[in-house]
Amino acid sequence: MRAFLPDYELKIPANVGEALRLLNDEPGIWRPFAGGTDLMVLLEAGKLAHKRFVSLWSLPELRGIEASDSHVTIGAMTTYSQIQRHDVLRAEFPLLGEAANLTGAIAIQNRGTIGGNIANASPAADSLPALMVYEAELELISAGGSRVVPYVGFHTGYKTTLMREDELIRAIRLPRLTAGWRQHSRKVGTRKAQAISKVCIAAMAKLDGVTINDIRLAYGSVAPTPVRAWKTEVALKGRKLDSATIQTARAELLNELKPIDDIRSTADYRSRVAANLLVEFLNRLNQL
Amino acid sequence: MPETHVGQSVFRKEGFDKVTGRARYVDDLTFPDMLHGVTVRSPIARGRLRGVQFGDGIPWHEFTIVTAQDIQDIPGANCVALILEDQPYLASDTINHPEEPILLLAHRDKYLLEKARRAVSFDIEPLPAIFTIEDSLNRKELIWGEDNSFKSFLIEKGDVDAAWAQADFIVEGEYETGAQEQLYIEPNGMIAIANPAEGVTVWGSMQCPYYVHKALIKLFGLPPEKIRVVQAVTGGGFGGKEEYPSMIAGHAALLAWKAGKPVKLIYDRAEDMVATTKRHPSKTRIRTAVGKDGKLLATEIDFVIDGGAYATLSSVVLSRGTIHAAGPYNWPNVRVRSRAVATNHPPHGAFRGFGAPQSIFAMERHLNQVAQTVGLSPEELRRRNFLKPGETTSTGQVIHEKIDLSFLLDRAFSLSDYHAKKIRFAEFNAANSTEKKGIGFATFMHGAGFTGSGEVYLSSVVGVEATPEGRVRVLTSNTEIGQGSFTIFSQIAADALGIDFDQIEIAQPDTANVPNSGPTVASRTTMIVGKLVESAALGLRQTLIASGLLGERYSADEFAEACRQHIAAHGELKSFSKYEPPPGVHWDDEKYQGEAYGTYAWAVYVAEVTVDLTTYETRVDDFIALQEVGKVINPVLAAGQIEGGVAQAIGYALYENVVWRDGRMVNNQMTNYIMPTSADVPPIRVYFEELPYAFGPSGAKGIGELPMDGPAPAILNAIEDAIGQPGIQTFLGQIPLMPETLMKVMTTGGGND
Ligand SMILES: Cc1cc2nc3c(=O)[nH]c(=O)nc-3n(C[C@H](O)[C@H](O)[C@H](O)COP(=O)(O)OP(=O)(O)OC[C@H]3O[C@@H](n4cnc5c(N)ncnc54)[C@H](O)[C@@H]3O)c2cc1C
Repeated sequence: MRAFLPDYELKIPANVGEALRLLNDEPGIWRPFAGGTDLMVLLEAGKLAHKRFVSLWSLPELRGIEASDSHVTIGAMTTYSQIQRHDVLRAEFPLLGEAANLTGAIAIQNRGTIGGNIANASPAADSLPALMVYEAELELISAGGSRVVPYVGFHTGYKTTLMREDELIRAIRLPRLTAGWRQHSRKVGTRKAQAISKVCIAAMAKLDGVTINDIRLAYGSVAPTPVRAWKTEVALKGRKLDSATIQTARAELLNELKPIDDIRSTADYRSRVAANLLVEFLNRLNQL
Repeated sequence: MPETHVGQSVFRKEGFDKVTGRARYVDDLTFPDMLHGVTVRSPIARGRLRGVQFGDGIPWHEFTIVTAQDIQDIPGANCVALILEDQPYLASDTINHPEEPILLLAHRDKYLLEKARRAVSFDIEPLPAIFTIEDSLNRKELIWGEDNSFKSFLIEKGDVDAAWAQADFIVEGEYETGAQEQLYIEPNGMIAIANPAEGVTVWGSMQCPYYVHKALIKLFGLPPEKIRVVQAVTGGGFGGKEEYPSMIAGHAALLAWKAGKPVKLIYDRAEDMVATTKRHPSKTRIRTAVGKDGKLLATEIDFVIDGGAYATLSSVVLSRGTIHAAGPYNWPNVRVRSRAVATNHPPHGAFRGFGAPQSIFAMERHLNQVAQTVGLSPEELRRRNFLKPGETTSTGQVIHEKIDLSFLLDRAFSLSDYHAKKIRFAEFNAANSTEKKGIGFATFMHGAGFTGSGEVYLSSVVGVEATPEGRVRVLTSNTEIGQGSFTIFSQIAADALGIDFDQIEIAQPDTANVPNSGPTVASRTTMIVGKLVESAALGLRQTLIASGLLGERYSADEFAEACRQHIAAHGELKSFSKYEPPPGVHWDDEKYQGEAYGTYAWAVYVAEVTVDLTTYETRVDDFIALQEVGKVINPVLAAGQIEGGVAQAIGYALYENVVWRDGRMVNNQMTNYIMPTSADVPPIRVYFEELPYAFGPSGAKGIGELPMDGPAPAILNAIEDAIGQPGIQTFLGQIPLMPETLMKVMTTGGGND
């Protein structure tokens, strides 16, 4: 343990109101503590800059998965294990369960939360590309009220977001509009469990015969934030799904993504594999 | 008499304590008034130390602070005694590698201690550093001795220079292997009590108590009886706790000496990974002369390892790598030239296999290239050249064992269905553009025990002692580090004495109570030390029989009664046994000629892989490990050694990449240093052949290191089989073969794009 423990404080609020008050009264001082699977790693390494935390673990308002006619609403404190077990998510939003299944391993899946994954804002976070292609919305709450923001656009730069210091993510809302879409995801992390993605993709497309009616592509680990490959999507929309289209899309993607070298992988590898993943998705579209 | 134990999978002697949490590791121990210690290390690779600053906000007067200066105030010397005495406990003037220890701190509060560690900073005038074997060989900077060379060896057999002219083909290749972290589950740690009255006592995680003992004698300048080293239950070593514990023990003891209180010094994973030893990176160039008929005529091997900044064990690692470089083949002419060179990396050290995995990787990849050049299958080339009884190794050692490598190869191929799979995979590959399958193998041998005259120098001693209740306690300094040595010793002693396994106890290795039976390294514990256990136990039995208290056949009660009476009449009942070399073993240290090892284990490993052309990732789908290891003493433990070694070697081949930046490991976390998980490791199917070795206990040979040697070349041979296309040279000469590297090979070498 490289942290000086006496410097840290973890408060268990009586209810969500108290949690929001703490965040509001001393903005930037108090920070949410969800499953702790990102925060504890920083603490252990002596790199946890913030010192005061308010636990969200026992706040019922942030838990639960509810399905209405138009949306599925996932409480921010929902764990990966809960996501994997939910029938509507499994049927309509399978990419989320696939990502959850490949996040860490079982212990992390029992403890880590989807809200934590979003707020932690790692470019390599595995659930985020799925949220991007599902065009999720986030419900943010604060002592002053609540607001709903589209998830696409939530990340403003490396580890920065639209969320204010006095806000919490209460829930993630997924529009139930996936019928007729073909979905695909893949994580590339060198080993099969406990891996941080070197590249990951979430993708969905709607075909009309052999024509790509609509398509959404999102990647992790290829930019400072998870990204949608907008230009490549445009290049594919309305095109016939054939090898010429696939080659065009591949070239467009290589143009669009600008990954970097780091200790986990190289820019070259990320670019080429991201392109290969796109080709794999397009080649498989007919079987999905 | 009870049934025999050797050959049975009896339960582990210490297993119950480990699974119930009763076993006490060093971090579980505490002493009254104990302080915690930390090591403050160099942030840069090379330079001159000009000063130390102690930052604000820390109550420094509460801390015990030790620098190199403090070592001058005690009678000993500031060097870690091992082979050459070039490595200081604490740097005083020159810094030679990142994370080199400079200063030690101790305090009661371990969290405050961590804060203090960060508040220390050093004034270091940087000097240019070197990090590659090339830069060291070219003496880009002179950083060690006169030529950056810790050690070199030359093996000559026959006349290599004359052979080139007769060759139909000459094949050349260059091979590289990377560093590898041992990743024992328990990080390093020590506790010391040290003061002028009592001397120095340390408890800790270690493989070799008498290495630590020797090092502390030198550091403190105290007589041997004033130093006591006790092994705590140890969670794995793999070589990583062979030499480095001497450093940590010295640090803990220096702090304890100055503080006048016990000091506990435990590394966390990050420190353990960044600061302690790893497997030596290597570079091998091989040039081979071969005839049209596939007869190997000559080979010239140039083998270089990166030793890091200090000599430590590099000369010995180099020796084993050098001797194993030519493999189990009948070469009429061989020249092996080898060097261990200095760089400004933290010193590389012992790791399972000890130089052999590096040079064997090179040869087993090389022979596949030779086969391709000659137009033979890798199998046929090897069959035509396997070493047979009566032929000689590169050091001129005549093989007396009745080993038949062609038979081993046949059996491994039938177990793995090699030939049928070759055909099936070729069909699969022709029909599949996103995945390719391949199968490959490696054949190799591994010498057990210390090299050459090493065991004679060690001159190990083992004792057994009987209690009046008829229990027998084995006294050795060899440690249980997860491999099962206490179980094996108990099986051997129980059978030698004709008593039950449960009547045997193993004394915890403690230099105050056990004789020096040598280090727990080099696959020597079962074969060499186990044999001494056997003869010491037989000696004890003989004493009882000779005294007339015991007949040739006896029950447990009769044995206990005999012990009781003997002890009542004569006091302590102990028997000791000392190492004697087998007859006919000669070794010339100058020429590197003769019997390099008493015996070898022999093996054929077969790997089956799938290469994913979308991600360039390789999955090992199946693994056959067939080996001849003499008598198998405990089948479950033996299979466990092989499975673990293969898994570790799969990591070495495909996953574990130490990322260096200015000589420092920057991925020193398990998140970013990718060790394979159980989900990544295939079924490992282990098979043994048993040709009893006359000088091992019940015929056993050493097996601990063997499984580290073969998997990497077998896997790369399989990958080549998967992705190689006729006419296209896809050269795979480097491990770890990360997907990034494979991508480069495949996209620039004309492979899939
Ligand atoms: C061994 C291991 C393996 C892992 N593997 C993966 C993996 O494969 N893929 C992957 O994506 N991640 C992985 N992670 C990272 C981590 O588990 C996930 O990011 C997880 O979703 C974080 O959730 P948490 O609840 O634990 O967050 P915490 O650690 O509690 O918090 C993370 C951050 O989010 C903030 N936060 C949390 N909840 C909220 C909220 N409701 N509103 C506002 N802010 C909030 C916190 O203040 C903090 O800054 C791994 C971690 C470990 C330790």
